[in-house]
Amino acid sequence: MLSIADKIFSSRLFTGTGKFSSSAVMRDALLASGSELVTVALKRIDIHNAEDDILQHLNHAQFNLLPNTSGARNAKEAVFAAELAREALETNWLKLEIHPDPKYLMPDPIETLKATEELAKKGFIVLPYIHADPVLCKRLEDAGTATVMPLGSTIGSNKGLKTIDFLQIIIEQSKVPVVVDAGIGAPSDAAWAMEIGADAVLVNTAIAVSENPVLMARAFKMAVEAGRMAYEAKLAKAVHAEASSPLTSFLNSL
Amino acid sequence: MSFVNIFEGYNWDDVKHSIYSKQARDVENALNAQQRTLEDFKALISPAALPYLEQMAQLSHRITQKRFGKTIQMYIPMYLSNECQNICTYCGFSLTNKIPRKTLNDKEILSEVAVIKKMGYDNILLVSGEAHITVGLDYFKHAIDLIRPHFSNIAMEVQPLDSDEYAELAQAGLTTVLVYQETYHKEEYKTHHPKGKKSIFNYRIETPDRLGEAGIHKMGLGVLIGLEDWRTDSFFTALHLNYLERTYWKSKYSLSFPRLRPHAGGIVPKMEMSDSELVQLICAYRIFNEEVELSLSTRESETLRNNLIKIGITSISAGSKTNPGGYTVATESLEQFEINDERTPQQIAEIIRQQGYEPVWKDWDRALQSTSSIPV
Repeated sequence: MLSIADKIFSSRLFTGTGKFSSSAVMRDALLASGSELVTVALKRIDIHNAEDDILQHLNHAQFNLLPNTSGARNAKEAVFAAELAREALETNWLKLEIHPDPKYLMPDPIETLKATEELAKKGFIVLPYIHADPVLCKRLEDAGTATVMPLGSTIGSNKGLKTIDFLQIIIEQSKVPVVVDAGIGAPSDAAWAMEIGADAVLVNTAIAVSENPVLMARAFKMAVEAGRMAYEAKLAKAVHAEASSPLTSFLNSL
Repeated sequence: MSFVNIFEGYNWDDVKHSIYSKQARDVENALNAQQRTLEDFKALISPAALPYLEQMAQLSHRITQKRFGKTIQMYIPMYLSNECQNICTYCGFSLTNKIPRKTLNDKEILSEVAVIKKMGYDNILLVSGEAHITVGLDYFKHAIDLIRPHFSNIAMEVQPLDSDEYAELAQAGLTTVLVYQETYHKEEYKTHHPKGKKSIFNYRIETPDRLGEAGIHKMGLGVLIGLEDWRTDSFFTALHLNYLERTYWKSKYSLSFPRLRPHAGGIVPKMEMSDSELVQLICAYRIFNEEVELSLSTRESETLRNNLIKIGITSISAGSKTNPGGYTVATESLEQFEINDERTPQQIAEIIRQQGYEPVWKDWDRALQSTSSIPV
């Protein structure tokens, strides 16, 4: 079972709530995905409205809310938004997103590290969205992060695990759970991330934008489970029998 | 260094000739490219691309959904004033148009706000003519102060201002500024803007630079389609966008493509753009730039708007009035142009849902502007 801070998750599929054709479709798809941690953008919800459409549809025992700071451009804005989210949604969990670049939504490593330090001190459970940078991951650990969330490829690109080599280093070195976030375009990408030992994946666009989000959500659920099982069962490495001239036979004649 | 330095390296006639010389193979290369260049964009807006319209629309639809999901942002304009010291040949507010002028006072602003809020809006676009003394920085700042508690996103489409003025308004809570070049054809620009501050071509074309320097979150570009060859003008819009994205990489961008509409004392378009060509332009912008927002106003017809939702548009207005006080206090005051689609916001929201999209009313939060002085 996956444990992050004080919570234990039986599902290793985390999900986003944007881009769906309606809140009802979103809820049905997320229920079908089995996801227990759903991230919601502070900018999309009206925290002063008890009947906010998105929040109402996420009001279900299966879901833990993970507010995110999408739209924040620096640490100061993100910390401010985090405090507002904590108060309004009564959770100290936070997906930290700082992307000053609104085109590719690339995370700012410097501001993210600063904000993580500050938020961890303030008692937040911080899940920062970052580039697949192994050194940054270690620095975030020192800063008190709860997980690291390196990207597979750019947000919403559906391009899969373009950062695979760095994800492997991160997974090898990490002392906190590694959640592969962004770019996962197909269940096979999610399965691959799980096979290499990611602790969880976060998927949004690939489910929300598919023609049948509920069916796609189930496909991701199964892929994540399959990938995790394969990881636990230990994948047999491909070994090639070599038939070329032996290089060590001389040892026998010594 | 501003966009002017880049702009001056181009010659209108050469660009136009280059666009009209594009062939089917250029269009196919553009459609198949991984990363698309300005040359690809020329091919996509060229007459040679018209036979590929369905293919372009399919591609634009897919790219848009990937980035923006199945959502359409809702916004509404609120006209603050139709006072104007410019002469613009195509505009109802033009100085030469002898009609009574109106600028909303506090009470009138709040009365309009109340009606707009009831429609469900949280994203408002403030519009005015250009009258610096009565409707200048102080007026705008005061209007934003009044409006801010009621909307999470405030955009503005008024006369170009200086960089420090934009910075001041951003501090007050302004997130977005739209400023249309009208046309990038320098000589044609002069004939359409013979008088007023707007007649200074370079001050206008450098406005996005000043917005970028002021750190405005989002800026909108576009030309008024009908003044000049729309293809060439759209190329310069794309060139401008390219420059801005590189230079002011922290800002977001949106594009509009208003076609000249009838209004009091109006002119006949020099070049008409057909509905097919409008679709072509929207698809071309999307295929060229996957991240830019594309905005559609009530200038266009019901049928066109219903169908453009799926083709690449990301934000839409509905129930708009284009005259100051148009929602409540002065419903008969002079409008800037005639609305074409008069359906209510709720009717449009329903059309959006029927197409399998979610109308999004709120997509910004004042909490995210905490580095400014806004009380949340």
